[in-house]
Amino acid sequence: MAKTVVLNRKPLSFSERTYLPQIVTGLKTTFSNMFKPKVTLQYPEEKPVIPNNYRGVPTLVKDPNGREKCVSCQLCEFVCPPKAIRITPGSVPEDQNDREHVEKAPQEFEINMLRCIYCGYCEEVCPEEAIFLQDVYSSSGFTREEMVNNKAKLYELGGTMPDRHYKWDKKKNAESAGNSH
Amino acid sequence: MMDWIPQGLWFEVCLKVFFAFMMVGAVMTMAGYSVLAERKVSAWMQGRVGPNRTVLPFFEYIPIFGPLLKKLGIFQPLADGLKFLFKEEIVPGHVNKLYYYLAPLIALVPALTTMTVLPFGQIYWNDGTVSTLALADLEVGILFVFAVSSLGVYGIALAGWSSNSKYSFLGGIRSSAQMISYELAMGLSLLPVFLWVCAPGVTESGLSLSAIANSQAGGPWLFLVQPLSALIFLIALFAETNRLPFDMPESETDLVGGFHTEYGSFKFGIFFVAEYAHIVIGSAIFTVIFLGGWHFLPFMNDPWPSNWIGSLLGVGWFLAKTIFLIFFFIWIRWTLPRFRYDQVMHLGWSKLLPLALANLIVYLLIVTAIDQSTSANF
Repeated sequence: MAKTVVLNRKPLSFSERTYLPQIVTGLKTTFSNMFKPKVTLQYPEEKPVIPNNYRGVPTLVKDPNGREKCVSCQLCEFVCPPKAIRITPGSVPEDQNDREHVEKAPQEFEINMLRCIYCGYCEEVCPEEAIFLQDVYSSSGFTREEMVNNKAKLYELGGTMPDRHYKWDKKKNAESAGNSH
Repeated sequence: MMDWIPQGLWFEVCLKVFFAFMMVGAVMTMAGYSVLAERKVSAWMQGRVGPNRTVLPFFEYIPIFGPLLKKLGIFQPLADGLKFLFKEEIVPGHVNKLYYYLAPLIALVPALTTMTVLPFGQIYWNDGTVSTLALADLEVGILFVFAVSSLGVYGIALAGWSSNSKYSFLGGIRSSAQMISYELAMGLSLLPVFLWVCAPGVTESGLSLSAIANSQAGGPWLFLVQPLSALIFLIALFAETNRLPFDMPESETDLVGGFHTEYGSFKFGIFFVAEYAHIVIGSAIFTVIFLGGWHFLPFMNDPWPSNWIGSLLGVGWFLAKTIFLIFFFIWIRWTLPRFRYDQVMHLGWSKLLPLALANLIVYLLIVTAIDQSTSANF
C-alpha cells in the first residue's frame, strides 16, 4: 500500500500576502507571450494539413491506368444510412479493350451532400475500393441541386488512387492463361 | 501675448468651442484606438493575431504601407463604429424608457467632462512666458475631476435599474457599491501628494493639475516620492474605470453583460466608448500626478528647446506616457482573473482604506518634520 505523505502548507509570507510579486510574475508571463509565434491559421489563405485517414467528402476514384473502378454493385447505396447515394447502373460495352471482364459500370452516380453524414460506410463496404472519403472538407452551393455531386464531379474530386490488386487484370491474365476464374 | 488674434467675446467663445471639439476628437479617437489596442494586445498575449482584415478601399494597393496598416487593423475602429451605428435598435418592452435612454448619456458625459481640466502640455510664448495647454486650467482641478468622474456611476446604476432585468440590476448595485468603497481610498491616497506638493519651500503649489505636473520638473516624479500613494491610486483607478480585475458591474461570466445586458446597437456603443474614455482620461490623470506629466525624466531638465518644437515634443512625451498606461491597463486585464464581489469589498474597505489613512498620517508627520526644520532655520 502506498504510503500517505502529508505535506504541510507553509503559511504565506508577507510579500505573498500582498500578491504584488505574483502579479509581477504574471505580467512578465503575458508580456513574453506577446512575442511568441502565433498559432492562428489564417484560414482561407492558409489551409490545414489534412491527415490521410481524414473522412471528408466521399469521392469516386480511378485506378492508376485511368480506368473506372466502380462496378455499380450498389452495395454503398444499400448501406448508406441517410440514403444519400443513388446509382443508375449501366453496362460496359463489350468492345472496350481496357475494361475486359468488367461487365458493369455506373451510368450515373449521385451523392447528395445535404444528406451525407460522412460515416464512411460506403468506403468500408465497397468491394472494388472505388469510393473513398478523402481530404475535401468544404463543400457549399447556392441551391440544393448544386449540393448533389454527380458522377463527373465525383471523379473530378476523387482523382486516381494507387491500386494494390488490379482485380480485373488478374482475371484477364487468368483467362488468357487458360484458366477460368 | 496673443496680439495676432482679433479680440472680442464672440471670437473667444468660438475659439474655445473649436478647442473643445479638438479635445473631444482627440480623446474619442484615443478611446476608439484603445479598443483596437485591447483587441490586438489580448490577441498577441493569447497567441492569436487579432483583427487584420479591415481595410479602406484602395488602401490595400499602396505598397508595403497599405498591407501593414491592414495587418495592424488600423481601420477596425471605423468598422466597429459603423457597425454600432447601423445595427437594429432594439428596446425591450420591460424597460423604463426615459431612464433607459438617459443612462448611456449620463455615463458618457462625465467621462468627457473631466477632460476640460486635463493639462496635456505647455506652450512657450515668444516673450518667455509659459502657459499650460488645457481647456480650462482650474485652480481646483483635481477636486473637479473627482467630483465629475464619480458621477459616471449614475449612468451605470441607472442603466442597471431601468433595464428591469436581474443581471443589469445586480451589475448596477455592484457598480455603486464598488464606487463608494474605492472613491474614499482614491481621495485619501491623493491627500499626501498635495501635502507634499504644497509643502513649505516649494515654488509651484496648488490643487491644479498643471501645478502638480510642474512641481515634478527637474526633480523626482511623485511616484518615486510616494510609491504607496501611487499604488493605491492606481488600484482605485482600476476600480473606478470598471476594469479587470474589478469589473464587477460587467463581469460577463456571472452577469451575462452586467449593466448593459439589455442594451444594443449605438446605446451599447456609447457605454463602450465611455468605458474607454474613462481609461484614457484616468491614464492621463495618473500621468500628470505621478509620472511627471509632460516633463522628460525624473531628475532631468526637459531636453527640448523652449519654442513650438518643445511644446510639440512635450505633448508627444505626455501622450507616450499616457499610451503606456493604457497599455498597462490592457496588460493587467489579460493577466489577472476577476475578484469575487465580496473580495473586492474586503480589499477596498479593510485593506486599501486603512492603508491610505496610514500613508496619509506618515506623510503628515514627514511634512510636519520638514516644516519644523525649515522654520527653525529662519
